[in-house]
Amino acid sequence: MLKQEFTLTIYTENKVGIIGRIAIQFSRKKINIESVNGAPSEVSGIFRFTIVINESEEVVRKVCRQLEKQVDILKAYYNTNEEVVWQEQALFKVPTSQIAEKASVERLLRQYGARAVVIRNDYTVFETSGHSEEIDGLTQALGKFGLIEFVRSGRIAIIKASEGFHKKLKEFENEEVSEMVENEFLDKQDKIFTM
Amino acid sequence: MNTVETNKESNIETVEKTAVKTQLSGSQAVLEALLAENVDTVFGYPGGAIMPIYDALYDYNDKLRHILVRHEQGGIHAAQGYARTSGRTGVVFATSGPGATNLITGLADAMIDSNPIVCITGQVFAHLLGTDAFQETDVINITTPVTKWNYQITDATEIPEMLAKAFYIARSGRPGPVLIDITKNAQVQLFDYLGYKPCHHIRSYRPKPVIRHEYIKEAAELINQAKRPFVLFGQGVILGKAEKEFQAFIEKGGIPSAWTVMGLSALNTDHPLNVGMLGMHGNYAPNVMTNDCDVLIAVGMRFDDRVTGRLDKYAKQAKIIHMDVDPAEIDKNVKADVPVWGDCKETLPLLTELIEKKSHTEWLNKFRELEKEEIKEVINEELNPSTDIMTMGEVIKSLNELTGGDAVIVTDVGQHQMVTCRYAKFNQSKSNVTSGGLGTMGFGLPAAIGAWYGAPERTVVAVIGDGGFQMTLQELGTIMQFGAKVKILILNNEFLGMVRQWQQLFNDKRYSFVNITSPDFVAVAKGYYIDGQRISERSQLKSALKTMLDHDGSYLLEVMVGKENNVFPMVAQGSSVSEIRLK
Repeated sequence: MLKQEFTLTIYTENKVGIIGRIAIQFSRKKINIESVNGAPSEVSGIFRFTIVINESEEVVRKVCRQLEKQVDILKAYYNTNEEVVWQEQALFKVPTSQIAEKASVERLLRQYGARAVVIRNDYTVFETSGHSEEIDGLTQALGKFGLIEFVRSGRIAIIKASEGFHKKLKEFENEEVSEMVENEFLDKQDKIFTM
Repeated sequence: MNTVETNKESNIETVEKTAVKTQLSGSQAVLEALLAENVDTVFGYPGGAIMPIYDALYDYNDKLRHILVRHEQGGIHAAQGYARTSGRTGVVFATSGPGATNLITGLADAMIDSNPIVCITGQVFAHLLGTDAFQETDVINITTPVTKWNYQITDATEIPEMLAKAFYIARSGRPGPVLIDITKNAQVQLFDYLGYKPCHHIRSYRPKPVIRHEYIKEAAELINQAKRPFVLFGQGVILGKAEKEFQAFIEKGGIPSAWTVMGLSALNTDHPLNVGMLGMHGNYAPNVMTNDCDVLIAVGMRFDDRVTGRLDKYAKQAKIIHMDVDPAEIDKNVKADVPVWGDCKETLPLLTELIEKKSHTEWLNKFRELEKEEIKEVINEELNPSTDIMTMGEVIKSLNELTGGDAVIVTDVGQHQMVTCRYAKFNQSKSNVTSGGLGTMGFGLPAAIGAWYGAPERTVVAVIGDGGFQMTLQELGTIMQFGAKVKILILNNEFLGMVRQWQQLFNDKRYSFVNITSPDFVAVAKGYYIDGQRISERSQLKSALKTMLDHDGSYLLEVMVGKENNVFPMVAQGSSVSEIRLK
């Protein structure tokens, strides 16, 4: 099977060491993580990690199952790029003099939908968000104008077909197990869940 | 410290009676948790960072039996042996740093073989964490890949809840090892103890998937249509305590059934549908027939590579039904046509109800035909050798005759393990204790000690090679001190036999560091006040085995066997199971 970009969405308890438990599931199979983002989810006490890897679907599915097996992980989904809406955020620090003097810089920023976060005499910080390629494009373009510092976040992604996590969590909090385990070969329904 | 002492005795009873505010130390809370979980035996080794727990243990001596092992690895293997014969959770104490790191092999072994184990390790004071304090290691991170769950406690108030979680996680669903690391300050800290509440639910943890009845129906349809159905069973049957349900299932379906090393003893050896052992050194018929059956039903097993051989030539002609409690096992190695998720104690009866009563006599006879071939080519010579050189197989055969198949047989890892699994006879479940997934040499002796504590009324025989025995023989000290009546049967071929066999077969007999020498094992045992003898003549075998079994207490019997005997049949690495060679 061909390798492609997959976005994994992992809901976890907010516990010390959870990043390690997640990371091990990738490193033990020698899978490189392309990007990672972890922050509190909309549900209090639950974290949402978004991890991007380049792998075949079969490998990704197995990793997801191993992830879900971890006691403090509630759920792990995987999706292709077509199944998610995603963004990265980036910050650019550029010498203010360059922007003030060169109209092309301003055009460039406008074109990429960047906005100023901080403007000082010596430098200005711009912020933008978009797909990696868009951010790459702006980074490259700004390089010519003395880009001082650059940082980007990991990918964050919304799953198009997701119904949110509140309902799922209610099921989990129920002492009676209610979640069905699904199978890609037999369950032909349009489900996003890995299992 | 004075307050701890005075509070201890007076308070334990009030906790039980009233469950109102009572002051306990963290250490006492640990021991109360063990009692609440019905733990009767702990295997452990003290040290600086776990001293408060050992101090509290001093007052619990009448309620908790503590076995002082000689090395922490021995402690955890003993706990594994205990778990395997008793069906209960094994408990281990170890100190921080080296004490904890010595547990790693056992944790990895318990993880891959799904043994319910709770390890409690001491840790340096919380304020010293991360300062490279004396005997400090980052135990949580070291053990993360080899534990089902682990947690560090730095505050005593967490102890009751976290230990309840630990026991629940260790034994539920697919069992596994759990490690709780407790800093020394938490062990001595006094807190308001509100009693122990067992854990039954964790929202992020789903030990058993919901049973999907449609899959059970699909599985039943496949089985009912099958002309050549074949069951493979593993330890899941034993862990699920589903031996009866399993037997009812195969008997109604009339389905030939073969076992993995971990599934051994779940079905009696003599059962007419038991067609033998799967895998690399398994029996001829089940390996060959794997590639001939039309429906393959895997029950509580995980298609280990030692069982499947080459995957792209594994049972390709068959429809595969995979029954397992762990969803991560489905499609991991072999794609299932019908996955039956769930605890087999629940799923098997549902399936049995839907299948038709059948007897596949002709199909079963095919197994028996192939078995005859194996008997002729391999088994006859192994069990009734034509030369004076003793074989491992004939030792096991004689052992069977004396125990009648009622003993618990513990093995180490290597040739003797394969031979024992192939030829030992079992009349009841939970009788085979071995390191299956990890292949841990040195497992045998300590595991046998634990196995005896798990089933003290039974005869426990540890069959061990000359190599593996030297890895953990210090545990003879544990036997000496606490009196576990373990029968130690060393099959000495003066080689690291399994590696030697591979070097002979695949490396042109370039024997590279496999000729291991041994001390006088009997003298070593005598040094530990354990009786024993060494034999090298066939004429002595029966009576020597009888002496060993009849001896009141532990006994070591060393049997000199053929130096360069090989274990056959064999599925060579990279070969298909049906390419199994008889010689």
